[in-house]
Amino acid sequence: MARCIGTIIKGRIQAMFDYDFMRNAFAAATVVALVAGMVGYFLVLRGQTFAGHALAHVGFTGATGAVLVGIAPLWGMVLMTVAAGIGMGVMGERLAQRDVAVGLVLALSLGFGLLFLHFYTGFATQTTALLLGNVLAVDVGTVWILLGLGVVSLAALAVISRPLLFASLQPELAEAKGVSLRLYAVLFLTIVALATAECAQIVGVLLVFTLMVGPAAAAQQLTSSVGKGILLSAALALFEAWGGIALAYYTDWPASFWITALSATAYVLATLPGRAWTSSG
Amino acid sequence: MNAIELRDVRLALGGRIILDGVNLDIAACEFVGVLGPNGSGKTTLMRAVLGLVPPGNGTIHVLGRPAERGNPAIGYMPQVRSAIAPMRLSGWEFVAGAFDGYRLGLPILGKPGRTEVDRVLDLVGARDLARRPLAETSGGERQRLLLAQTLIDRPRLLLLDEPLISLDPHHQREVVELTKSLQTELGIAVLFSAHELNPLLGALDRVLYLGNGQAALGTVDEVITGPVLSRLYGSKIDVVRLQGRIFVMSGSHDMEHDEHRHDDGSVHRHDHQGAHSGHV
Repeated sequence: MARCIGTIIKGRIQAMFDYDFMRNAFAAATVVALVAGMVGYFLVLRGQTFAGHALAHVGFTGATGAVLVGIAPLWGMVLMTVAAGIGMGVMGERLAQRDVAVGLVLALSLGFGLLFLHFYTGFATQTTALLLGNVLAVDVGTVWILLGLGVVSLAALAVISRPLLFASLQPELAEAKGVSLRLYAVLFLTIVALATAECAQIVGVLLVFTLMVGPAAAAQQLTSSVGKGILLSAALALFEAWGGIALAYYTDWPASFWITALSATAYVLATLPGRAWTSSG
Repeated sequence: MNAIELRDVRLALGGRIILDGVNLDIAACEFVGVLGPNGSGKTTLMRAVLGLVPPGNGTIHVLGRPAERGNPAIGYMPQVRSAIAPMRLSGWEFVAGAFDGYRLGLPILGKPGRTEVDRVLDLVGARDLARRPLAETSGGERQRLLLAQTLIDRPRLLLLDEPLISLDPHHQREVVELTKSLQTELGIAVLFSAHELNPLLGALDRVLYLGNGQAALGTVDEVITGPVLSRLYGSKIDVVRLQGRIFVMSGSHDMEHDEHRHDDGSVHRHDHQGAHSGHV
């Protein structure tokens, strides 16, 4: 009996991978979740989550603008988020934490995106995908691009992670020890920009928070070590992205919904008071 | 060789002159308390010694060499530390962040790094305490961890910017006594800035009082006097000694108690009646 049920479940999972679009979705989600989880850990640690959110919105302008001039939306998004990330970094850490300025840029970006859509009326159907994501529509070419961008951003993060951690934990001390705060702010926000552009392919620009911030924030509640925190954050993001896609396959509800639901659930569980079941190692 | 030498130094921040014409010699094994009203230049002086604020005039030498950024012979505890209070990271990880923190690569410590972090934690008796997340430590315990962190790389000069801020008198005494014992045991120089003189009285060798763009360095009896402080505050100051404690008064105000303590390290403007105390 049990064996019979096992065979049925196995069969249903196998059936899920019979489709190209499902294989692409899982591949894309794997790359993006690993990048978002690891980059997000530092984003949360530095208290720059709102800046990450704003970068995603700037990406919307880039994506719609790119379509208007005849470039692939992904490249328009990468270009705009990276430019904005560098700009934010150069203007200083204080600006990145200034909610009003960032919020205005965020709103203005969506406004520009809307304007570009207005000029390019044929694009309206893709708007939902850009804003809220459609991971099941990712083609194999996009998966390869995501993989390339993901390798670049994680390699860059690995190179700067030690001074970045120092500058994030104790900026004044790091500065005194010869770490350039401005340089690492710019480099980091550039990496964040790449990560948000990637993330937007899976969950859309409005929901980038769910993969960039949710898993990292939960991980930071659950462990008191940096290394474990980064790995746990990536693992949670991976679990949420895969789970979201699988649930979407079986329920026919949008994958983005399931990912946000899993992300929020993981965070709530992680912050529950009296977490007797967590270790502090 | 002196720990710190200033020759005719002028320090300015954003066009405002903080200190001018300052000459100082601080010896290699001296515990110096740095006092003065808000905005008198305590933090700026430390940042200048660290090479973060270049002098507009004059020269600054640290342990025989011109002040420069990233000097491993200086241990530094900056003043703004509120951001670390809610962190779930363990004290150990936090302290370890400063070991070779400027070097590129992954934040993973090798054996020498872990040994060094354990060594400095042992020096302040915080090995067990460092296992707990920062969010579950008290203000005094965090100060102990930060003190340990300044000792990484065996510095010969410690710059401690307001380590007593927002601590109760009991923990203040603990931090001062710990710093004093480390200073004598390791034979290093300490610059310890504070709002109040009294908690430091038993520990300090000399006092450096800043105010009005000037500095006075000497023993407590030389510096904490009516005439010297009147010059530094730019108004009439009386010094009252009571049962081993010293009070710096302007009219009926106790100047040091009027300097409000801030948990977030920010500096507010207060204008005290009958006294100009040079706030930023």
